[in-house]
Amino acid sequence: MLDDKYHADRAVGTMQDKKITAKNVQVFYGDTHAIKDVNVDIADKTVTAFIGPSGCGKSTFLRCLNRMNDTIDICRVEGDILIDDEDIYDPRVDPVQLRAKVGMVFQKPNPFPKSIYDNVAYGPKIHGLAKTKADLDEIVESSLRKAALWNEAKDRLHQPGTGMSGGQQQRLCIARAIATAPEILLMDEPCSALDPIATAQVEELIDELRQSFSVVIVTHSMQQAARVSQKTAFFHLGNLVEFDDTDKIFTNPQDPRTESYISGRIG
Amino acid sequence: MTLETADITPPATPSGKGKSLLAQDTRTKKRNAAETRFKAYGIAALAFSILFLAMLLFAIVRNGVPAFTQTFVTIEVELPADVLDKNGNRDIDDIKKVSTFGYNPLIQDALVAATADIETDVADGDLKKMLSSSAGATVRNAVIANPDLIGQTVEFEVLASSRVDGYMKGRVEREDLERDRNLDAAHLDIVDALSQTGGVTRKFNWDFILGADASESRPEQAGMGVAMLGSVFMMLVVLLLSLPIGVAASIYLEEFAPQNWITDLIEVNISNLAAVPSIVFGILGLAVFIQFAHLPQSAPLVGGLTLTLMTLPTIVISTRASLKAVPPSIRSAALGVGASEMQTVFHHVLPLAMPGILTGTIIGLAQALGETAPLLLIGMVGYIASNYPDGIASGFLDPNSAMPAQIFEWAKRADPAYYERAWGGIIILLVFLMTMNIIAIILRRRFERRW
Ligand SMILES: Nc1ncnc2c1ncn2[C@@H]1O[C@H](COP(=O)(O)OP(=O)(O)O)[C@@H](O)[C@H]1O
Ligand SMILES: [Mg+2]
Repeated sequence: MLDDKYHADRAVGTMQDKKITAKNVQVFYGDTHAIKDVNVDIADKTVTAFIGPSGCGKSTFLRCLNRMNDTIDICRVEGDILIDDEDIYDPRVDPVQLRAKVGMVFQKPNPFPKSIYDNVAYGPKIHGLAKTKADLDEIVESSLRKAALWNEAKDRLHQPGTGMSGGQQQRLCIARAIATAPEILLMDEPCSALDPIATAQVEELIDELRQSFSVVIVTHSMQQAARVSQKTAFFHLGNLVEFDDTDKIFTNPQDPRTESYISGRIG
Repeated sequence: MTLETADITPPATPSGKGKSLLAQDTRTKKRNAAETRFKAYGIAALAFSILFLAMLLFAIVRNGVPAFTQTFVTIEVELPADVLDKNGNRDIDDIKKVSTFGYNPLIQDALVAATADIETDVADGDLKKMLSSSAGATVRNAVIANPDLIGQTVEFEVLASSRVDGYMKGRVEREDLERDRNLDAAHLDIVDALSQTGGVTRKFNWDFILGADASESRPEQAGMGVAMLGSVFMMLVVLLLSLPIGVAASIYLEEFAPQNWITDLIEVNISNLAAVPSIVFGILGLAVFIQFAHLPQSAPLVGGLTLTLMTLPTIVISTRASLKAVPPSIRSAALGVGASEMQTVFHHVLPLAMPGILTGTIIGLAQALGETAPLLLIGMVGYIASNYPDGIASGFLDPNSAMPAQIFEWAKRADPAYYERAWGGIIILLVFLMTMNIIAIILRRRFERRW
């Protein structure tokens, strides 16, 4: 029975077109070579997990996908990253437009010190997604619903987002990211600051988000990767060691480094 | 299981199971004693500073408050038409031809009349020594303002001379007058008698706050108003220039500029500029704005420009500090939903940094308000003895003084009455500074309360 579910999931993962393609990506922080020649295809409507020991470059690679690394002066990215076959590092690409298409959720919940409503409405506002106040209200409601936060937030839309619990704040950040109608959602250890119950809620949410987005999640918890993802990439010292279906990585890893990591010998 | 410590330290409890928590060991005692001592030092230091502050406040109030009251003499002056308006047609130009000297005999007559009941050996001609030499001008100004007074006998309250004022305030003793050619003890007898009947009164003197400076020999007439205007004009220049320039520079340096040796150098230089003595900015202002740019001397515009140079580093440093204090996660959040760097700064970072920026700006302004040395160098110690709006600080380019420079001028003058006024000026300056600080606190509360 369990196997059936895995196969079904894998079918979803492999049948879909690839959304993101990375070719020979190298990242340097000054002299530090943080990502070494990474090639990977990330599928649409799939949850892809990045795992690996801390400092191996998971976050760095994730930040390449929406060019958040641009804000770090010493960071240099080489190679090609294509989204829908367009090179996102092409000089014609404006990172602002890119980031509306590739939303991001951070490790620590970071709502703006504004109301819940304003948090969600900010993205649509600056991208001109809503023509009227009613449109905006609708975007806010549907984003909060998708983030499974509507029931908790609907009566306090105009109270500060910073006044919510950690788990609620993280779901608010997810709602904020969804509100700009992205196609890809990047999540950098979204549950590491949450308690187990909030973590379970967010994981459930991620599974639902897969219907609409290509989700890439960095996690330090292998159980989490196994629970939420269909594809898993294992990074080690800046190399992408192994990339395959999640169940295959966890049951039958090809590379000895992957095996020792998941069996707890490195990390 | 037996405790090994029991062998080393003798058991302090009857049961013998290790050390008792009820008795402190020597180490703890020592630590507690050190803590108590440190707290005592702290309290002593605090008490010391409070004592000094109290002494300072006491001195300021004691020396400065008398400056806010002034002694006036009430006299009834006859304004005969044949003296003041010879042609009898009330032509204002004819009336103006009579100088203040023309009014002095009238005032003398009024004084003789006022002291008619008092036994005195002061000669009639010497009576006017009781009055400020501004008395003639006071009466003349009233007549010019209202020519209908001519032909009537009008009651005037004129300033008493600074000696009489000093006597009323307890600053001048009878013995002091022996070597004084301005006033005799006999005058004081008249003053005593007149104050019995209400002819000499001491009351609150708005002219000290609102009036212009006066000559060395008329301290009773000098006021702070014109210098205050000069300071206000200067502060406007400083605010309008240093706030936008300072904040823009800080935002650029903090949020946009690449981190390289040039920005490092700029950063070091800004920190150093904040510590440069203000007189250096003064001579810079003299060289650049007056000698090179040929702006007028003693003008609030030049003062403001010079003080802007001095205030900018303060504002830049505090603005950068408050921008730095905004958590980076807010920036990532904004960039992450696709805000541009500019939107990130103006929508999210700046509002959060605002309380700090405003506090820094107001503290910078307060510093500039109290600054004296640079003003001396650019000549902002203008002597302006006429009241607003006659030929004084009606603008940014007219010569003027500023509050601290005026205080400095007064303190330099020989007459002890000016010493009193210098203290009074300090009170006005401190009220200004306190107001600015209160505004800073209110603004900070207002902006912080948003979340
Ligand atoms: N802003 C930065 N400046 C310099 N080096 C960085 C920066 N961010 C990450 N690094 C370096 O890049 C490497 C990968 O870091 P990171 O991507 O954060 O790892 P992970 O997310 O897998 O823990 C580490 O060696 C780290 O020291
Ligand atoms: Mg990381």
